[in-house]
Formats: sequence, structure tokens, C-alpha cells
Amino acid sequence: MTQAFIASPPLTARPLRCRNCGATGAPAPVAICGQCLGPLDPVYDPKRPLPDRDTIAGRPPSLWRYREWLPFDGEPTLSLDTGFTPLVDAPALARRLGVGRVWVKNDTVSHPSLSFKDRVVAAAINAAAAFGLDTIGCASTGNLANAVAAHAARAGLTAWIFIPEELETAKIVGTSVYGSRLVRVRGTYDDVNRLCAQVADRFGWGMVNVNLRAYYGEGSKTVAHEIAEQLGWRLPGAVVAPMAGGSLLTKLRKGFGEFIAAGLVTGAVPRLYGAQASGCAPIVRLVERGGGELQPELPRTICRSLAIGNPADGAFAARAIRETGGWAAAVSDAELVDGIRFLAEDAGIFAETAGGVTAAAARALARDGRLGPEDEVVLCVTGHGLKTLDAVRDTLPEAPVIAPRLREVAALVQR
Amino acid sequence: MAITVNLPSVLAAHAGGARTIEAAGRTLGEAVADVATRFPALGPRLRDKDGKPYPFVNFYVNDEDVRFRGGFAAPVQDGDEVTVIPAIAGG
Repeated sequence: MTQAFIASPPLTARPLRCRNCGATGAPAPVAICGQCLGPLDPVYDPKRPLPDRDTIAGRPPSLWRYREWLPFDGEPTLSLDTGFTPLVDAPALARRLGVGRVWVKNDTVSHPSLSFKDRVVAAAINAAAAFGLDTIGCASTGNLANAVAAHAARAGLTAWIFIPEELETAKIVGTSVYGSRLVRVRGTYDDVNRLCAQVADRFGWGMVNVNLRAYYGEGSKTVAHEIAEQLGWRLPGAVVAPMAGGSLLTKLRKGFGEFIAAGLVTGAVPRLYGAQASGCAPIVRLVERGGGELQPELPRTICRSLAIGNPADGAFAARAIRETGGWAAAVSDAELVDGIRFLAEDAGIFAETAGGVTAAAARALARDGRLGPEDEVVLCVTGHGLKTLDAVRDTLPEAPVIAPRLREVAALVQR
Repeated sequence: MAITVNLPSVLAAHAGGARTIEAAGRTLGEAVADVATRFPALGPRLRDKDGKPYPFVNFYVNDEDVRFRGGFAAPVQDGDEVTVIPAIAGG
């Protein structure tokens, strides 16, 4: 008699359905509908058993505690410790903004690469494993490059990473260090993105935000899931989030909606507010203008992580903003630098430029009366300030240099 | 010499398996109309029933996004390379 052997079933990816025409397809590393070229989304089994609050709370502190809402069947095998970042109460920031209460969803300390892109890559790399792909890659403005390189290194996969030539040093070094194949492209992010669509088509690699995009994007929903759980299984009134491609806004809405549908929380999806730098704000301008047709822009901002002039999810993000009763705001480079500083001074959180955009946009929205004293607001701060030191370095006071003598310290204290 | 049109692999099946086809026209819209006439299955995947581009299908002429050049009204000439790429966001 052979010994019984119990193994976890291998991870498989969920089937896909076109958001535009509704055509369905088998699980595949494909993000584009073969019928109409519309974007594909994973399809979940509506009859799958869902966990209750206690079951979720008893699971390890990672985004996989919400695995029933991630696009796989079976057990994930890679990147098991990403997610469940702190939700930080920030009373001084609430006073500055003039709103009732503020929490910061602090993805600056995301494991392992210090931005929320770890979430989407955790999903994408498991999709790559499910499809047996040994090479992954991405088009990136920096944070995604860091995340793909880190997750691929740990999983033993080859990574081909394409970025615009002019990126912050920290984001280049923070990608190369993992041994990835980093390629700098002369052009904007939108040029890189277009190239990577062709690369994925030609070489068959798992480009996480191209042909694995349907699976990748679902990782963003866990920001919403975590906010709901960390607030004690309830929803905030408003959420402010940065917009680059626009996907995060749409996934926040989906994530909150899923928890409402599952009976884990009550109430309505929070009003969603989108933030962009005014030097690249095609989604903000679409929200302000109305209608459904996004006008691409040529980015001119120091906030490179949000510098996507042609965001493919822009129209979907604008719709999520309008339908939840939110709004959008664009802030100047000077305002975003100020946002980095007051977020650090008020909440003790050092964010990269996109976090400064989010903080400054929240202040602009409060000044305009769109957020007020009755509001409980969550700011999604998505990347660490050490990645964009140059943005703030020259705005900070010089530290005095002294001899190692007590009287010199005393002189500084009295000054 | 004609205009070269590069198709993504999901569309090649609608052009008899070809990834690259030729087209004629003075504007991108005319070139797309020419392709639609010769490959009837491709037509509705490249433009809507009013002959306008879809928001999620991007066209590039010599690697430049045509939305900066007037969309389907963008002029094209023999030797130009038109690339069709489904819109995919990133970050």
C-alpha cells in the first residue's frame, strides 16, 4: 500500500473576460481581447466560499489573507510576505487639512521594494508561475522596476525591465542591484509602454503590466481590503490616491465593493479622490471637463512616478471618481514638494514625489471644500521618499557642522 | 512602396495570419479604411461603426502617437510605418 501523500493543488490562474465586449477566454498571459482589443479582467467563481472576518484576521499578515479575491485557485507559492502595511492615524495632518480625521495607508514600507507596486507584482509573479513563464518584465516609471527586479530575483526568474532614460538614480540603482536586465529607453514612459506592448507580443515574456496585466491589477485591490479591515471592518468616507495609469482608483472601488458584497463591511464605497501633478494631469482634466475621452499629455513634472501622459485606465478612473461622488485635483511641483515635507513633519512618513502629490492634493481638495470637518479620510501614500531624495534635498535647511564640544551644542540650543 | 501596417498578434488571425500588411491612403483614416476593405474581419476591430478610432486601440505613425498628430486625419505617405497597439496602462 502506498503512503498517502497530500499536496496543495498547483496554483492556477482564473479565466478572463473582456471588459468591453464580454467575450470570455481561458486563463492566459494575454491582456487584450482577441475579438475587440478591449481590456481583460479575471473572472471569479461567484459560488466560491468566502471567509468571514475572524478567518481573515487569523491568517498571516500579508495580502494573501484576501486570497479569495485574488485571481487564482490553489495556493500561491511566491511573494508570500507582501502587503498588510500600516494604516497610520495622523491627527496633526487632519488638523492641517481641516478634516475630521486622517489615516495614511503607508505603502512606503511595503515589502520588499518600498512601494505599493509590490502588491501588483506579488499577483503577477504568481500568474507567471501558473503559466510556466521563466522570464518576466515591465515598462516602468521606477517603482514597478524596483518591485519586478526584487520579486524576480527572489523567485529565480530573469527580469527584463524597461524605463525612460531620465529616471531618479535611486530607482535605477534600486533595480540594477537585483541583477535584472535593465534597459533605459530614450523617450517618455508612454514610449516605453508602447515598446513593451511590442516586446510582450514578440518574445512571449510575462510583462507584468502588459500581458499579465489582468492578474497584476487585482493586487491593487488589497489596499482597499486592508483599509477596511484595519479600520475595524468599516469604510472611511473618502480616500485620496495618486493616479498614474489610473488603475489604482478603479481597483480601490472594486476592492471596497467586494467587501460590501461579501457582508464584511456595511455602507457605501468611499468617495474616491484622484491626485496628479499639474505637469501631467490628463485624468484630473478629464474629471473636470466631463465626458469620456481622455486627451493625452506630454509630461512635464518632477513627479516621474506619475508621469504617464496617456493613461489607459484614465477613463475608467474618471468614471470611478464621478460615480462614487469624489473629485480630482492637480498640484504644482512646488506644492508636491511642500506635501512631502508636511506629510513627514505631521505624520512621520517620508514619501516619494507621488506621496507629496497625494498630500498636497488632499490639502487642495480641503481648501475647495470638497473634504471637510465631517470627513474621515484615508490618504494612499504609495512609495518611499528615499527613492526621490533630489525632490526635497535643496528645500531643507542645512545641518550645522560643529566641533565635538558641548558649548557648541549649547550655542545651537540657545539660537 | 506602400504604407506598412504592423498588427499585434491578436489581430494577425484576422489578416490571414500576417503580422505586417500593406495599405494605401493619404491619411491614417484612409489607410485604415483601405485595410478594412481588404480584410473585412479587421475593420470593426480597428475602428467603430462611424469610422472613428476606439479609445483603447492606439495608432502610431513612425512610432509617434497619432493623437498628437490629428488622429485619423494625420497625413501618411508611402514608406510610413503604422503600428496598431492596444492601450495598456502601467506605472
